[in-house]
Amino acid sequence: MTDAAPAASPAAPATSDEVAIEIRRMNKWYGQFHVLRDIDLTVMRGERIVICGPSGSGKSTLIRCINRLEEHQTGTIIVDGTELNSSLRNIDKVRSEVGMVFQHFNLFPHLTVLENCTLAPIWVRKIPRREAEETAMHFLRKVRIPEQADKYPGQLSGGQQQRVAIARSLCMRPRIMLFDEPTSALDPEMIKEVLDTMIELAEEGMTMLVVTHEMGFAQAVANRVIFMDQGQIVEQNEPGEFFRNPRSERTKLFLSQILGH
Amino acid sequence: MSDLHSQTVAYTRDTMLPPAPPPVRERGAIKWLRENLFSGPFNIALTLITLWLLWLALSEVLPWMWRGIWDAGSVTECRARPGCALRAGGAGRLLGRHPGSLAPARLRLLPRRRTVAPAAGACGLPHRHHAGPLHRPASAPAGVHGRRPLPDRLADLGGAIWGPAMVALGFVLGWAVWRLLLPRSNPGLAFTGGVLAALLWWLFLTGPVAGMLARLIPIALNPVPSDRIGGFTLSLLIGLSGITLSLPLGILLALARRSDLWIVSKAAVIYIEVIRGVPLIVWLLVAQILLNYFLPSRWSIDILVRVIVMVTLFAAAYIAEVIRGGLAAIPRGQFEAADSLGLGYWETMRLIVLPQALTISIPGIVNSFIGLLKDTTLVSIISLFDPKRMTDTIRATTEWGGIYWELYIFVGTVFFVFCFAMSRYSIWLEQRLERSHR
Ligand SMILES: Nc1ncnc2c1ncn2[C@@H]1O[C@H](COP(=O)(O)OP(=O)(O)O)[C@@H](O)[C@H]1O
Ligand SMILES: [Mg+2]
Repeated sequence: MTDAAPAASPAAPATSDEVAIEIRRMNKWYGQFHVLRDIDLTVMRGERIVICGPSGSGKSTLIRCINRLEEHQTGTIIVDGTELNSSLRNIDKVRSEVGMVFQHFNLFPHLTVLENCTLAPIWVRKIPRREAEETAMHFLRKVRIPEQADKYPGQLSGGQQQRVAIARSLCMRPRIMLFDEPTSALDPEMIKEVLDTMIELAEEGMTMLVVTHEMGFAQAVANRVIFMDQGQIVEQNEPGEFFRNPRSERTKLFLSQILGH
Repeated sequence: MSDLHSQTVAYTRDTMLPPAPPPVRERGAIKWLRENLFSGPFNIALTLITLWLLWLALSEVLPWMWRGIWDAGSVTECRARPGCALRAGGAGRLLGRHPGSLAPARLRLLPRRRTVAPAAGACGLPHRHHAGPLHRPASAPAGVHGRRPLPDRLADLGGAIWGPAMVALGFVLGWAVWRLLLPRSNPGLAFTGGVLAALLWWLFLTGPVAGMLARLIPIALNPVPSDRIGGFTLSLLIGLSGITLSLPLGILLALARRSDLWIVSKAAVIYIEVIRGVPLIVWLLVAQILLNYFLPSRWSIDILVRVIVMVTLFAAAYIAEVIRGGLAAIPRGQFEAADSLGLGYWETMRLIVLPQALTISIPGIVNSFIGLLKDTTLVSIISLFDPKRMTDTIRATTEWGGIYWELYIFVGTVFFVFCFAMSRYSIWLEQRLERSHR
């Protein structure tokens, strides 16, 4: 370990005393490759955390461990009081409480927008179709595309597809939302419509972990910004402090690269 | 700066152009003809030569087709008739066709105790004078005649229409229970419920209900032993059973091959490689001969059932590989999205992965089906009467000895019609699915 481990103390005041996610000394390897090294992270309910860092630093792997799309090897991850281990029941429980939005949307191309949104509620939550459709329309209105409900994902623009993906996750009524670079596959004029949706979500008190390089979004919404490099959390701070006074050299270099151009 | 200059340098549009229709170009048949057939001296010459060749061919074939004799009782009878002699002089062998002779041995879907009428409809062609011997293949063992009373006895026992119908109803019942439970409970429970309902039905209700129905409405089928089924009935029976059964089996095999469970995936690989590595003929011989050695004689399974099982197992291996290709084309993101929404393995496969993978695989699957249907002619090897073998039988009779041209054309045409229909259906299906997705 090169840099001194950063203090685990959250810099910004948490919005609640309740712990949403607790990660303790978590390590993960891909074969011989040590992707995540001694990750310690506590997320309080209602907190909005932005994770940034150079490509390949393990940001995606970290948030994918939180809903067990990736398996960690040592340490503990506790989500909403449920520990992620080999118990399938626990994994199902966590997945039904954690929504995820992907860089490439990952909508189901053979289903309409409405069917994309009702599939999981119907088959996982066993909600009657009528009710699931009402919920879906509610969230589609929220992301402002109710009129596209009967179209197929392939007929929508990137920004619209990503908003459908957000609505699809929200239909499962998750308590935590994970975003993995939700805007980096989008054309500039579509980034705003997706970020606006996310800001609204944040204002409603959703617990959010967002991997993004949209520093404006971080400034406006985040309680905390986490900087990762080489599989480690290098620095975390509240956004104002993080951008004004980055402490580690790596952070300074990274910020100068993405802000400076 | 002059006005002119300022206009060329900076320019602001003050009215937006309305959308205009595309230019009307010359279209239609005339244009197509001119561009494709008569666009130069060489092409004109080619077109004319082609037309001349077409005329030559059609002037021979069309009269033969239209003036064919469809109802003669034998070659001699046909030759004696004017229509027959007309073209026969030129082409020698172009006699009237007698497709009726190719009718399958007999399709006895008839009320019991009635004399069996030939099922010409199975060929869909005029069929009047079919001589008895054609339906009792000359090469069939004499024992067939010795066993004659058996079908009648079986018919007396109550026949077999309600029994199989009630057994089939068990599947419907199981499916209905599964569908009903699925939205209300987990998939495993729903499946178990369906299987249980079907089992209970088969164990306790099938017999009594079938018996009651047989008493109320006494209709029954005349049983036909397998060695008396032949021609296209046989091909379609094996082909259609194989097609319906091999698809689900192929899907399961493809999923097994991609399974995370080591044993399951290795078993699937071994199965697929072994089945594909050995010719179908060998498997059919296994079905015919070897199974008799291994199974006790009182377990003897009907040869037709054995063939259908073999053909199904064989086709399933090919279909599994086609579907595996389709599965490999599904992006990882689809699985991840399904996982993150909490969908289980079977739900993910059934609702998300297979619908997409099967759509991609349609051309390959239909290709396998077409191959399967044509491969059914191989059963002649194990003494079943496929259409080709029927032609031999027909030519071995005194009435029809000496014709073969018509027989083979007819057999080929019927296979072509079936296969072409499947191919067009697959294209139609593909286009429909394509349209709905994007
Ligand atoms: N499935 C995998 N197998 C092996 N290595 C992987 C896999 N996924 C990611 N990696 C590697 O792990 C490192 C971290 O990846 P990732 O978490 O995607 O980084 P980031 O999202 O920060 O760009 C990268 O070096 C990447 O090459
Ligand atoms: Mg990433």
